[in-house]
Amino acid sequence: MIPLSWYLILAAGLFSIGLFGVLARRNAVAILLGVELMLNAININLVAFWRYGEVSTMAGQVFTIIVFAVAAAEVAVGLALVISVYRRRNTVVAEELDLLKW
Amino acid sequence: MTHELVTKLVWFIPLPPLLAFALIVLFTNKSKALSHTVAISAAFLSWLGSMIIFWNALKVEEFGKEPFAASIPWLPTGNTWLKIGVLIDPLSAAVLFFVAWTVLMIFIYSVGYHNYGQPAGDHDHAGLPPHGATVHGHAVPSVEPMYSRFFAFIGLFAFGMYTLVVSDNLLTLFVGWEIMGLCSYLLIGFWFGKPSARNAAVKAFMTTRIGDVFMLIGIAFLYHATGTLSYREIFTEETLHVLSTVPSGVFGLSAAGFIAILLFIGTIGKSAQFPLHVWLPDAMEGPTPVSAMIHAATMVSAGVYAVIRMFPLLSAGWHEGAPLTPEMTFVAVIGAFTAIFAATIAVAQNDIKRVLAYSTISQLGFMIAALGIGAYIAAVFHLITHAFFKALLFLGSGSVIHGMEHGVLHTGNHSIDPQDMFNMGGLRRKMPVTFWTFLIGGFALSGFPVLTAGFWSKDEILADAFINGHMAVFVTLAVAAFMTAFYTMRQITLTFLGEARTKEAEHASENKWTMTAPLVVLSVFAIGYGWVGIPEHFPLLGGLVPNWIHEFVGGTLAEHPPVLEFSIWPLLTSLVVALGGLGLGWLYYRNVKSAKEDIFQISFLKNKYYFDELYQAVFIKPAVWISEVFVSQWMDKGFIDGILHVFGPATGGLGSFIRDKFDLPVVNQFIGDGSANATYWLGKNLRPIQTGRIQQYLILSLILIVVIGGLLFTLLVRSA
Repeated sequence: MIPLSWYLILAAGLFSIGLFGVLARRNAVAILLGVELMLNAININLVAFWRYGEVSTMAGQVFTIIVFAVAAAEVAVGLALVISVYRRRNTVVAEELDLLKW
Repeated sequence: MTHELVTKLVWFIPLPPLLAFALIVLFTNKSKALSHTVAISAAFLSWLGSMIIFWNALKVEEFGKEPFAASIPWLPTGNTWLKIGVLIDPLSAAVLFFVAWTVLMIFIYSVGYHNYGQPAGDHDHAGLPPHGATVHGHAVPSVEPMYSRFFAFIGLFAFGMYTLVVSDNLLTLFVGWEIMGLCSYLLIGFWFGKPSARNAAVKAFMTTRIGDVFMLIGIAFLYHATGTLSYREIFTEETLHVLSTVPSGVFGLSAAGFIAILLFIGTIGKSAQFPLHVWLPDAMEGPTPVSAMIHAATMVSAGVYAVIRMFPLLSAGWHEGAPLTPEMTFVAVIGAFTAIFAATIAVAQNDIKRVLAYSTISQLGFMIAALGIGAYIAAVFHLITHAFFKALLFLGSGSVIHGMEHGVLHTGNHSIDPQDMFNMGGLRRKMPVTFWTFLIGGFALSGFPVLTAGFWSKDEILADAFINGHMAVFVTLAVAAFMTAFYTMRQITLTFLGEARTKEAEHASENKWTMTAPLVVLSVFAIGYGWVGIPEHFPLLGGLVPNWIHEFVGGTLAEHPPVLEFSIWPLLTSLVVALGGLGLGWLYYRNVKSAKEDIFQISFLKNKYYFDELYQAVFIKPAVWISEVFVSQWMDKGFIDGILHVFGPATGGLGSFIRDKFDLPVVNQFIGDGSANATYWLGKNLRPIQTGRIQQYLILSLILIVVIGGLLFTLLVRSA
């Protein structure tokens, strides 16, 4: 069987790519995509730890499914916000959306 | 009436006057007629009750052994009770008799004296004697503005006296005593608009207070020593024996002697004995019925009554014929000295009431001296006869003054003093009833032989002193008696005999029946009361009438005092001093036309031996100095205010120092303004990182997580 660390390395890589996307991309939709990548990296971790740990309890799988549900809801809200912002400001570039500055 | 029923009645004797006081003060004070009706009815009820009790007391054989006595617990004091109770024994029955009569007479007299039925004055003020009113162009006397108040006060006064007489213990006696002290203050200062009356009231109150304090100490000592204040419990043989043998530790006196002297000092104040006599002449500022009330019937008699009451204590350890104990000597000396001392002053007084005031002091001295030498019966006898004839004389003098005021109103010359005897003269024709009754009273006071009551009682005192060998007392009292007769005749001659010396005296007029009727009643007693005390061995008259006073009052004591033998010398002395004094007084003063011709106007006597001035210098001035200069100026304004003046600025300085050096720089500037400034500066400098760019925030978060994670890793994991 493939050792656990491989899965973890995969998840870490995926997470880093997501994080980079969140921090570096200018497009708000791309930032959302990055967030989704980070969530799924976590999902891999959860499932991997379940598989290599106590198999009889299904905690890892249940957590993963909850994260899916939350992520789906989040994306729905996030995309709605992006569309709303685009309608008002005619842009989805994160740098230009600086209304919260002092 | 049964014994129990009479005893119950005794409880009610003092109540009517008290009720009258309350009624007048609360309800009837607007109506003069209603007020005096209430007061006189109350006096009458008390009189009636007193007469019933007296009558029943006469019917009891051996009344001294079975008096009307009852008591109930009153105040709890730990394990025992102070009791309140009534006791009518022969002594208090006799006293009750004369108190009831004189009080009733004085109440009736007051109606006339205060001009009841006359119109209100033209410009009378409450607190000043009425000045008269004008009716159809004629000046007529005007009614007293505070008429109702007067009756309220004398009602309370009568309550005090009745309480004192019927009480069976020293505590309630003292309560009555103090009520009278208060009332005498109120009544002497009745015309409080006059400064002299105000001062006299304060003087009377303060002076008697000195005596009262000692008396209270005596009562406390007695209670401490015996555990009771009831006469019947104290005057048992065992208690008296214990008290007379236990030393008090003061002047080598026995406890009984010391207590007796303390109580006696209360009497010195109340009965105006030397050296606390100064208040009584000034008390003449009050209306005349008050003078009679205070100086004859009630208050000063109460002082003597208290000593008579305490006689078993005073004479504890002494028996008839033995040398006097120190405490008795003290009492005798004070009494005898006061008797002669006041008599000398009376000779030089011109105010008709002041003569009587000093005469009262002198006569009270007789009684006190009699008690000092153990002449118990004689003292009681003289107390009673004196109360009658002195009340008569005071009311008579009030009648004279009232008549003179009538004359003053007639002439309109208000500069004439209606009380100065040298402004009178010839009043016998203008005021016949007053004259004859005053003559009877005056002769009784002088001890006019055989007829008058004063003769029998005074003779008894002199006889007792002579037969028991107290020659010093005998001689002193004989001289005092001579002077008494002399100044009494001086008074009668100047007032009533000869021709009128002023227009006012010519126009004086006799007073209404409310004033003269009491005089007549009292003059009956001034004569008749002497006959109940004629000694058994007196030549011719002795034995015709039983010596009731001796039999009856003597029963109060455990041992009936022995009957005095008869001796011709004191009788001769009495005759000589009374007749000689009266004769000389008449012979000399019928020719004296004015104060300048009177050789007895010696300034030393006129100024009462300068006792007022002496007390002024020795007691009052220092007291005023202490209060005004020492306490007020030095202590209060100098010392205490000085301390405050140091503390005030010092505290102020400390305050400003703290404000300038701590509050303003540290609290205000550093902490207050400083924290605000620091926050402002911090905000200003942190503001730039608030860029509003989400990705910058996230990078910061990442950095922070890395840093915190790194720190946690180093600190927790690596070190573990």
